[in-house]
Amino acid sequence: MELLVASAVGVMTTVGLYLILRLRAFPVIVGLTMISYACNVFIFASGRVVAGLPPILSKTATGYTDPMPQALVLTAIVISFGMTAVLVMLALGAFFEAGDDRVDLDEEGRE
Amino acid sequence: MMGHWIIAPVVLPAVMGAFTLLVLRNTLPVARVFSTAATALLLAIALRLLWGATHEGPEVYFLGNWPAPFGIVLVLDRLSALMVALTAFLALVVQLYAIGTGWDTRGRHFHALWQFQLMGVCGAFLTGDAFNLFVFFEVLLIASYGLMIHGGGKDRLKAGVQYVAYNLVGSTLFLFGLATIYSVTGTLNMADLAAKLPGLPEGDAALIRLAGVMLLMVFAIKGALVPLHVWLPATYAQAPGPVSALFAVMTKVGAYAVIRIYTLVFPTDLPATGTLYADLLLPAALVTMAVGAVGVMGARKVQGLVAFTAVTSMGTLFAAVAQFTPGATAAALYYALHSTLAAAALFLIADLVMARRIDGTLTEARPAIAQQGLIAGLFMAGAIAAAGMPPLSGFLGKLMILDATRGLAQPLIWATILGSSFVVIIGLSRAGSLLFWKSHAAQATPVPHPAQPLAFVATGALVAGLVGLTLAAGPVSTWLAETAAELHDPAAYIAANKLGGEH
Amino acid sequence: MSPALIAALPFLGALLPGLLIRVSRTACATVTGSVTLLALIGLGLHIPAVLRGEVITARFDWLPMLGLNATFFLDGLGLLFAGLILGIGLLIILYARFYLSDRDPMGQFYTYLMLFQGAMVGIVLSDNILLLLVFWELTSLSSFLLIGYWKHLPEGRQGARMALTVTGGGGLAMIAGMLILGQIAGSYDLTVILQHKAEIQASDWYLPALILILLGAFTKSAQFPFHFWLPHAMAAPTPVSAYLHSATMVKAGIFLMARMWPVLAGTPEWFWIVTSAGLFTMVMAAKIAFFKDDLKALLAFSTVSHLGLITMLLGFGTKAAATVAVFHIINHATFKAALFMSAGIVDHEAHTRDIKRLGGLRHLMPITFTIATVAGLSMAGIPPFNGFLSKEMMLEEAAHTAPWVIPALAVIGALFSVAYSFRLVAHTFLGPVRDDYPHKPHDPGFGMWASPALLAVLVVLIGLMPMTFAGWLVDAAAGAVTGDTVHAHIKHWHGLESPALWMSLFAIGGGLVLLGLHAPFDRIWLAFPRPEAKRIFDTVIEAFAALTARVNRRLHSGALGQYLAVATLAILAGGVWAFQTGTHSPGTRSLQEIEPVAAAGWFALMVASFGVALMHRQRLLTLVLIGVIGLIVSVGFAYLSAPDLALTQISVEVATVILMLLSLNFLPKYTPAVSSTARKTRDWIIAGAGGLGVGTLIYALMMRDFAFPTIADYHLANAKALGGGTNVVNVILVDFRGYDTFGEITVLGIAATLIFALTETILRPGPANDRLRNWKSDTPDAGDRHPLMMVVATRMMLPIALLVGIYIFLRGHNVPGGGFIAGLVVAIALVMQYMASGFGWTAARQKIDYHGLIGAGVLIAAATGIGSWFAGRPFMTSNYGYFHIGPLEEFELATAALFDLGVFLTVLGAVMLALSSLTRIAVRAGQTTNIEAFDMQDKLEPGPGAEAEVK
Repeated sequence: MELLVASAVGVMTTVGLYLILRLRAFPVIVGLTMISYACNVFIFASGRVVAGLPPILSKTATGYTDPMPQALVLTAIVISFGMTAVLVMLALGAFFEAGDDRVDLDEEGRE
Repeated sequence: MMGHWIIAPVVLPAVMGAFTLLVLRNTLPVARVFSTAATALLLAIALRLLWGATHEGPEVYFLGNWPAPFGIVLVLDRLSALMVALTAFLALVVQLYAIGTGWDTRGRHFHALWQFQLMGVCGAFLTGDAFNLFVFFEVLLIASYGLMIHGGGKDRLKAGVQYVAYNLVGSTLFLFGLATIYSVTGTLNMADLAAKLPGLPEGDAALIRLAGVMLLMVFAIKGALVPLHVWLPATYAQAPGPVSALFAVMTKVGAYAVIRIYTLVFPTDLPATGTLYADLLLPAALVTMAVGAVGVMGARKVQGLVAFTAVTSMGTLFAAVAQFTPGATAAALYYALHSTLAAAALFLIADLVMARRIDGTLTEARPAIAQQGLIAGLFMAGAIAAAGMPPLSGFLGKLMILDATRGLAQPLIWATILGSSFVVIIGLSRAGSLLFWKSHAAQATPVPHPAQPLAFVATGALVAGLVGLTLAAGPVSTWLAETAAELHDPAAYIAANKLGGEH
Repeated sequence: MSPALIAALPFLGALLPGLLIRVSRTACATVTGSVTLLALIGLGLHIPAVLRGEVITARFDWLPMLGLNATFFLDGLGLLFAGLILGIGLLIILYARFYLSDRDPMGQFYTYLMLFQGAMVGIVLSDNILLLLVFWELTSLSSFLLIGYWKHLPEGRQGARMALTVTGGGGLAMIAGMLILGQIAGSYDLTVILQHKAEIQASDWYLPALILILLGAFTKSAQFPFHFWLPHAMAAPTPVSAYLHSATMVKAGIFLMARMWPVLAGTPEWFWIVTSAGLFTMVMAAKIAFFKDDLKALLAFSTVSHLGLITMLLGFGTKAAATVAVFHIINHATFKAALFMSAGIVDHEAHTRDIKRLGGLRHLMPITFTIATVAGLSMAGIPPFNGFLSKEMMLEEAAHTAPWVIPALAVIGALFSVAYSFRLVAHTFLGPVRDDYPHKPHDPGFGMWASPALLAVLVVLIGLMPMTFAGWLVDAAAGAVTGDTVHAHIKHWHGLESPALWMSLFAIGGGLVLLGLHAPFDRIWLAFPRPEAKRIFDTVIEAFAALTARVNRRLHSGALGQYLAVATLAILAGGVWAFQTGTHSPGTRSLQEIEPVAAAGWFALMVASFGVALMHRQRLLTLVLIGVIGLIVSVGFAYLSAPDLALTQISVEVATVILMLLSLNFLPKYTPAVSSTARKTRDWIIAGAGGLGVGTLIYALMMRDFAFPTIADYHLANAKALGGGTNVVNVILVDFRGYDTFGEITVLGIAATLIFALTETILRPGPANDRLRNWKSDTPDAGDRHPLMMVVATRMMLPIALLVGIYIFLRGHNVPGGGFIAGLVVAIALVMQYMASGFGWTAARQKIDYHGLIGAGVLIAAATGIGSWFAGRPFMTSNYGYFHIGPLEEFELATAALFDLGVFLTVLGAVMLALSSLTRIAVRAGQTTNIEAFDMQDKLEPGPGAEAEVK
């Protein structure tokens, strides 16, 4: 199980990193989304992974998984959602201003 | 006891921002009044907290009344109080400038974003919880995105895309680091970490070292340390003048986080990590200084010039921080105060020039500008401060850093600090003579421009701040020395958290 | 008067000219002058005490932690220099009043001049080397302003920058030197340091310190190879040249060497470095001066030469030589300042300083002629003037110094100085009157020649009665330099056996011969190319500037890909290094077995991920795959006992994909293939390394146990009892760590606010707006834009979705759910209306202001937190209770639920505000809007509905 999770995180990070190294805004955004998936799973897994032990208190439960990482992931998801939304709109704005969605700056815009 | 005052620097701007959105979003004049009043109030509160932290030592605020380390705590100590006060002062002055120049009319929601920005910065300074530090990093970041692109325009938005993308990577790294720390130690409260790490099983050392480096890299991005500084020049150059001026304190958030985490959680005497972080930090700091100086010399635009002075000053600051001795930390804090005001002043002066000049180019002269004499004088003062020339505080700060520097690296550090100052002096004198002297060669009468007294008052206030810092160097440095001592012996800080026990 | 006040007075005086210039130029000059006079008197009052050998001190603490304090002391040396600075300063102020033209801003001039004067006095009175450094760099800055005073002249600007670069740079070196000195002596107080000769000269750091300090002194005093800036500083108005570049500033280096003489001098290093630099400078500069046609240039190089002479004398390291040096400082100041002012008068009257265009002025301006001749002969070392006395003594000292080359060169230097001095006088004033002066010259008014005349008188008096007029001062100053009592015997006649006599006779004779041969020598001199210091300097600076500009462009190329690649590598390198250098023991937990369903999910994830990587250029497809990945991730969460995560992930997923779809509507649908294979390979390697690192790390973490019991145990134990909820994750979110959530929803609110503000700027008139108006979709619209099925479905879904939202919200505290998810569900339901029934139709029916929702949400959340203050509890202390109303079963109300309501509103408002902003962009892009819900491509009507909507 752990191998699956770890490899999944690794692959999603790899794809994300590859995409953020592209030259256009769209792949960069997609790449960042991939990385945030990987990141969420990473945080979640940092509390160790178990099946069938949700942190919902009940008489019948045999045990609970660590709820803390889940709470952290929830916060992270929300924040990265906001960030992604901003970046999407920003890229759109830059696209309308510049006429293309290149992410590199031209001479004038650098300083 | 400061009690609820401790959370005020977060709640006040938050409520003010939301209130502005809800009620004042279509009435700029009213929004200006409320927003300025709120910032002024924030400054008053900050000074109150500063007084308290000085006389009553570290105090912890248990949010939700949950005991540490199970809930989130705010910790007020000299350092956090100082940084909040610095932020409030800078914000107030720069806000007046933004109003005086009408920058806040060039886009929507300037004041709401401004307040949220302050909420984020103050929250980051006050929190005693590692994950909460991340949350407030995000608050201040997203607000800064909004302020940075305020007014729009092609170059600004494109620079904005890079700024956001780069910092999103930083935020993700922050999460990786925090998750690792939790996964090893099972806690997030900074004092709890400080208390537990000395007892860390040997086999976990490598992982905790790794986690520490990840966080260090995050703070290095904020603090613009080479090679993670690349986002800064374009961002600061393209952002609206007053926003760049406020951002002068944002790089200090990175410096603050380094000082806080690596004196409290990962001190150099911690067996698992030792001097690892100092060893990483110092070379980066020296290179940053050099890169910044080269940038000042090679800058082709006014805003770029100023942005690079900010980079080189961060290098100087981190060169002091990286030594992790009380003396060097005290010097670093003094220099941090100075460089914040100096950078902010220069950004405002650059904005005054840009508002009147055809463009910002430094490669050819342009006709003289309106109010040239006054602006030239301000620039001279700002340049002296930024270059660390006497008589302003920059010189004292650099002397303190040089004097506090000891050990094998001393000649190298001295050479880099003095050498980069030399290059910065050349670069700034070239720029100044081109901007304000060569313009007289052309006998054109300057294009008239409204005087905007408020803008000059604000800029003058920052210069006055520098003068004050110079004259009061004695008491200030003594106070900072005590602060540094408190940082390097965090027992009181940890004790204030009443770990584990009900309080 | 306290030495501190003497040093402070000029600075205070600097504030006055700016004000008084509004009164009149004379008032301005008078007041400035009287401040200087006051300081001079204050100094004079101390003369008796100082001559008695007392030292007057003043002390204020400034920066004790560093050992930088405002401590001043006045001894013989300080008295000599402060006297020169203030005395000559006074004469200069008078002179400048008449020299400056009406076009020159006199207020500025006097302000700068006083700043400089203060800095100079500060240097010579400082008893703290750090304080001395402050004043030292201040002189560089103020002289920068003075040299660049005539802003419109390029020579002025360049000369100013050159001077600042050289002297400022030297100053920085000196900082290091002084700090070393202080750290050896254990104090930065001069008087303390001066008592540590032994320690300092024994220390390994002596040589570095010496070199660094001399760098400062040599640059300031224009010693070879740093002499080149001085002639170019002559672009300044003549009063400045006379003051800074003959009498005072250039003497600061000399002063420093004299000041440090007791601790630094006397070693071979000192002797060789200082003597040879001085000697070489003296000869070289004297030779150049001989060939200069510009009066000020000639005087500039002669100044360099005489400074070399003094430096050499200090270099000898003997008490006698030091005494001569002090004496010559006085003499040089008098005759050289007089000469500069005379040159200024000539320039002022004849409108030229070119010797070759002058001559015969004797008849036209006799007074100036007399002054210049007296001073000139003194400079040449002709008896009975004061220059003769100190030159004789200099030759005497040189004669007794080995090796022989020193006296030999000294004579040559003297010979040249005779030659150029006579040339100055002869070629300017003697000879026939010419008729081709640019302007017919005549003597100026008294005000202008008074100052040089007074100095000329001093030249004569000291020359005739040295012991009366200078002896006592020399004794006091030399005593301070050498550290014990000095009784100088200044005589005109040293007897026939004195080698100095013959040496100076030879010098005078040779000098006259040389002058006679000036014409032929001049032709040869001009025939050969000479290295032009300014050109070299400019080339170097320009080359450096160009280099830095190139480095800048390279380092900050604006290429995000490069930035992020570097960042990734840096982070990886740092991480790997940190891990490798630490001890690591692998985890001990056993792997859990893989169930087929998990394996299937994993496989699907792999396929989708690589699909994204390989097909990312087809953007629509990419979005679909992203959706798939998100779905699998959320299922994974559900499978691994994280139901809340699953719910959140899936709802966020939907919202994100909708957002991206709407914006992709405008962006190009395909990413052009631009990256080279090499670039792709590089990126794959970097990305792979990063992925491997992260994957390994999380594996290592999952396989081990916590080092300490986790704080989560507390949460599990107390969620119900203290938090009033059974869904521990939700209790953590709204209670244990509610503060995080407070920050988190603020982030969402800010995000939406930002997006709205951004949209406003895009929709303003401007390039973006134009591009938007002319925007054409690059994909054909579907024939049926609002399919019946979808419309009906979404309309039916809406109430259900709202109910579900409320349900999820209410149950959140005990089972998976909560305000955040509820907010998203409702938001999505509303968005579906937009998508299904079109912008116009929906917007017409939704009149909520989303700003309001956000503001209200954050305020409610904050208010909930603040509420607990009134219960005397910290921010966000929750409270809850069970209530029973009529027929309903007992239910729970928690303040946490109120907080959650804030979350709900913020989330809803944020998502809706963001999406409605997109809508407005779409409308501006001229997308047709429908009035009825169902419509076909053929019966579209553009515009009006749209306009209604933009409001």
